Amino acid sequence: MKVTVKLFAAARDLAGGDQLTVELPGGATLGELRKRLRQECPSLGPLLAHAMFAVDATYVSDDAPISPHAEIACIPPVSGG
Amino acid sequence: MVKLTREPIDTASLVDAAQSPEAGAVVLFLGVARRLTNGRETTELAYEAYEAMAVKELQSLEVQARDRWSLAECAIVHRLGVVPLGEASVAVAVACPHRREAFEAGQWLIDSLKERVPIWKQEHGADGRTEWVHPGRTNVE
Repeated sequence: MKVTVKLFAAARDLAGGDQLTVELPGGATLGELRKRLRQECPSLGPLLAHAMFAVDATYVSDDAPISPHAEIACIPPVSGG
Repeated sequence: MVKLTREPIDTASLVDAAQSPEAGAVVLFLGVARRLTNGRETTELAYEAYEAMAVKELQSLEVQARDRWSLAECAIVHRLGVVPLGEASVAVAVACPHRREAFEAGQWLIDSLKERVPIWKQEHGADGRTEWVHPGRTNVE
């Protein structure tokens, strides 16, 4: 399945765009997505190690499965305030 | 009430809205764009958010705070885009019957916002460099 990930802040700058699309096997988890993103875009690696992920605007852990229709976002360490 | 805005935050109206006969204590916290960070001079800050999620997370913080303290009013406003030095990037206004819970709730709200709401700050340095702030990760650019 094709999975598109929204990117923000330094992640967007490092990837050179506000989203990345990668191919993953059906039933893949967020943890597998994290690994695939690191392979596809090595410059994201150090930031990915500290990033969280959100599915449909809710934080999820790495063992959560990915639905191809969900909105997935990479959330680098936040710095609001 | 939670809000993201690209305009200057109208802090006076937040205080006006918080003030009522039910609340003996109103606490307003402002996060203000600061010139110096670790000796480095900043000329301005810029903020961006994953807006749909940031609003959802802010609403969740308001619900949790209202469960935990008896809040007569709770307002969280975060500014996006460029914030000049000396202007507020974030405002938290809470009103409670008594001061102790107003201070506690205000502190918890701003601390929690900084921990989990998907908003990011970019520092524009006097040396011409711009840098996203990602706590725990340095020199990302």
